[in-house]
Amino acid sequence: MKHIITINSANLKKTAAKGGCGKCQASCQSACKTSCTVANQKCEK
Amino acid sequence: MIHKYKLNGLNIVLDVHSGGVHLVDDVTYDLLDNVSPPFEEECPEWVIEKMMRFHDEREVVVCYKEIVQLYNEGILFSEDDYEKFASYSVASPVKAMCLLVEQDCNLRCEYCFASAGDYGLGKRMHMSFETGRKAMDFLLENSGDRENLELDFFGGEPLMNWDTVKQLVEYGRSREKEFGKRFRFTITTNGMLLDREKMDFINKEMSNVVLSVDGRKEVNDRVRKRIDGTGCYDRIMDRYKELVELRNNENYYVRGTFTKYNLDFANDVIHLYDEGFDQISVEPVVSEPSMGYAITEKELPAIFSEYERLADIILGHDRQGKHFNFFHFMLDLDQGPCAIKRLRGCGSGNEYVAITPEGDIYPCHQFVGIDKYKMGNINEGTFNTDIKKEFASAHIYSKPDCRKCWAKFYCSGGCNANNYIYTGNILTAHKLSCEMEKKRLECAIMIKAAKAAQEAGILSE
Repeated sequence: MKHIITINSANLKKTAAKGGCGKCQASCQSACKTSCTVANQKCEK
Repeated sequence: MIHKYKLNGLNIVLDVHSGGVHLVDDVTYDLLDNVSPPFEEECPEWVIEKMMRFHDEREVVVCYKEIVQLYNEGILFSEDDYEKFASYSVASPVKAMCLLVEQDCNLRCEYCFASAGDYGLGKRMHMSFETGRKAMDFLLENSGDRENLELDFFGGEPLMNWDTVKQLVEYGRSREKEFGKRFRFTITTNGMLLDREKMDFINKEMSNVVLSVDGRKEVNDRVRKRIDGTGCYDRIMDRYKELVELRNNENYYVRGTFTKYNLDFANDVIHLYDEGFDQISVEPVVSEPSMGYAITEKELPAIFSEYERLADIILGHDRQGKHFNFFHFMLDLDQGPCAIKRLRGCGSGNEYVAITPEGDIYPCHQFVGIDKYKMGNINEGTFNTDIKKEFASAHIYSKPDCRKCWAKFYCSGGCNANNYIYTGNILTAHKLSCEMEKKRLECAIMIKAAKAAQEAGILSE
């Protein structure tokens, strides 16, 4: 492509099919405690 | 749905429902204002005519084809087909717990949402070992097939009830094998009572430690005060450095709060880095709008520009090989949490609960004292599953402002407590928090995009 560069794998839909195992950390337990940040959590599957 | 924006000289396009992030040139950026599905084989004449005022016709035609190709690949204008997953995790086990082991504090921070530890309840209390033990039993018994159990020692100031913390850790460890579980203990402290014995125990047992400090001495000491009114900076900083060094600089955060008093909070982040910390979180205060330190809509332009400045500083440091992690800019664009996790964020009231010294159960530490959301009591053996269901049903498709928001898969519907405290409804977004979150996300994505552009050789230093 000449005009567009895609910088990631754009795989969110694939994660829905196999997701929801619940092994990952509850996001509020990491550092925030007053504000929600979820997308920085690691998948632990 | 797409979200496009310009930042730091980059044109960034986020495809919301695939998670795709694209860097585009000016022609494509402008073209995206004029086209959307369904696409035709060739660029419509009226679009070409409109675009020709500013761009070369041949370039427009090529851009259109690239857009259509990405659409066909499902990474641009992709469909929102996640709502069917919203019923997942509704009957989720409880896997995380915040233990308010000490409802008292040895600091009097001006902005404390826990009102110097007592959560506005007027009672300063310690959690007994017995109540803590029952809370841990509740977690062990209600965690279903979840192997990793998270237990955060919180306050007030948890080090004021240190013996109980130690006893509870020992108790938890003694029961892990029998239940086939593993406790991940964490602790959040203001550092005032840290000594070598506590550091060694924390570093041995706690998978993460959150160390409260707001940044520069004058900023910290203005709001983080001891009971006699003096600041705490000098007392805590060397202890934090020692603790962090002893745990090999891993699995910790120095965590601050910024307020209207320090809208130049990037300087506090850099101060913490310069003091030797590389895991840093500095977050906006949550408070009544009438307080002198409160962040209101008026402060948003300054905060937005400060987040942009911080992102620029981080990129500049990175280029010099000086890496540090700013919690709110952390983003994994490829291997972050799955879409199911992203539907309802922190899991408060569903996967996650907070327990007070009296054994009361709340959806999280920020709901403590709100009678409507008292879920039960550990000592009495009560647990209101209707409230659990209410929280399980709070997801990005049941929150009207979220379902159409481009940021929904990153903040996952925001903080239920903030929503309730500011709007009276856990499903109604607190706009001020949303605006800051969206700016942070734009900066975080830009940092990733800038690094990718650098690697691809399309962005000079």
